[in-house]
Amino acid sequence: MRILVCVKHVPDLQLERSFTDGRMTRSADDGMNDLDEHAVEAAVRLVEDHGGEVVAVTVGGPDSVAAVRKALQLGATRAIRVTDDAIAGSDVFGTARVLAAAARALAAEEPLDLVLTGMASLDGLTSMLPAALAAELGWPQLTLASSLAVAGGTARIERHLPDAHETLEASLPAVVSVTDEANTPRYPNFKAIVAARSAEIGVWDLADLGVEPSSVGAAGSRTRVLSATLRPPRVDRRIVNDTGQGGAMLASFLVERGFA
Amino acid sequence: MIGVLVEHGSGGVSHSTLEVIAVARGMGAPVALWLGDAPSADDVATLSLHGASEVRAAAIGEDAHLASRAGAALLEAAGDLSVVLGVSTFASKEIATRFAVAAGAGMVVDAASVAMVDGRVETEQFVLTATWLVRTRVESERAVVLLRPNSAKAEPASSPGDARVVSIDVPPAVPAETLVARVPVASEGVPLAEAPVVVAGGRGTAGDYDLIRELAELLGGAVGASRDATDEGWIGHEHMVGQTGATVSPGLYVACGISGAVHHRGGMQGSGTIVAINTDPDAPIFDIADFGVVGDLFEVLAQAIAALRSRA
Repeated sequence: MRILVCVKHVPDLQLERSFTDGRMTRSADDGMNDLDEHAVEAAVRLVEDHGGEVVAVTVGGPDSVAAVRKALQLGATRAIRVTDDAIAGSDVFGTARVLAAAARALAAEEPLDLVLTGMASLDGLTSMLPAALAAELGWPQLTLASSLAVAGGTARIERHLPDAHETLEASLPAVVSVTDEANTPRYPNFKAIVAARSAEIGVWDLADLGVEPSSVGAAGSRTRVLSATLRPPRVDRRIVNDTGQGGAMLASFLVERGFA
Repeated sequence: MIGVLVEHGSGGVSHSTLEVIAVARGMGAPVALWLGDAPSADDVATLSLHGASEVRAAAIGEDAHLASRAGAALLEAAGDLSVVLGVSTFASKEIATRFAVAAGAGMVVDAASVAMVDGRVETEQFVLTATWLVRTRVESERAVVLLRPNSAKAEPASSPGDARVVSIDVPPAVPAETLVARVPVASEGVPLAEAPVVVAGGRGTAGDYDLIRELAELLGGAVGASRDATDEGWIGHEHMVGQTGATVSPGLYVACGISGAVHHRGGMQGSGTIVAINTDPDAPIFDIADFGVVGDLFEVLAQAIAALRSRA
């Protein structure tokens, strides 16, 4: 089994997040998207069962190396960072194009069986990348998997949509995204942390991948952020202690606002 | 003409789709883009009533649940339409993404509004747990915009359309994926994502959702839950509100016994009015509540329900 896991370096969810010049503000506290841990874990478990290799890839500047180092701590065996000044400002389609090129480059070395991703990145939360990547690669897509099994060249997933539970299958190679229900990511042990710190990280640019610079980044983006503004805080907020009339006060509030 | 990707199920055309058609009417003549089994006469009547001038039906049956196949069908159904709107659900996001890759369209999801400005599509989205407002312009010739449920009011058109059904041929292809099984989830009441009111319970309920269900029913809303509650198995996963569950933006959200961790806030902070009931005065949910009661949720809910019932 040879698996590519895509991971993303994002702002820390627990801290104040913001925009600067229409782009999300980056800081030293950024780290690997939490939901990507489930993708790494799914890949590592498959390789533990079937043998093989887990390659982690991220797209981003020098700081984003932290995301692939985290993937190494969690059991990935090789890591690559794709970086190029021309990538900045990519929309999801540009990012998918870059990741697809990276997948093809790896597959040219030795065939890949799976590309795994998390269900969303916690910054943008669009969940569009897996479908865009599958379309770019021309591979089957099995998304939002709450369970994943691979046998005999076929991947099978189960997924829980709001209106239905589905079971889907596809031949390998395939693009699979997993949810946070799929597994419980392991905690990296001390040895893995130390090894990841000094591991060699491959660095590829667009020329290495044969991607036309103008097809990605701000130049290739089909959307442009016009403005990003902090929303005003809610006003007229009221918090009361229930001293026996809390429920009645709540009822009055609901009536006052026209909800009852 | 503005294309609208229709979501439909056993109950016919989804309420959220009708909201999107209302938005589309403000931009041009709505054209319903229908994937799956052929629409019924009732479905066509509903779409007409809301102003659809045409229903383009791609009869791909169950393949409509496979994004790659549905995306290809949408490409055929959209034809030369430059703008396609839809509902921001996981299913529509995937279908629209496949369409956007094939059509070279720019795409915005989770939008709160969309409009044509100087011949270009512009949108607004609430992001970063709905604390920021981002305005986006689609620069490409073609645009796909998916709107959050409850972004607009579903209202019949002042001059209803008389939609004719045009059947769309989709080139035959063997789908890359196989749908082995599809089991519909029996929903209780209004679908969570499109409910105008959501009453949600978390750890503080200790698994007792009786009063939460009662208030939800009284207010015509749906029942939600935090990740803690669904992990405990107190209520089905389909009720989970949060960044990895349902993202809801109802007019009213009542959080009962939910502390308000960022993972939960990410799924509901865009709600109109937020009410919180919690025993812990320091619970972060109070930071975003319009009205909060520090107290026992069972006592507060019981008293509120009684007061509301005595009014009726």
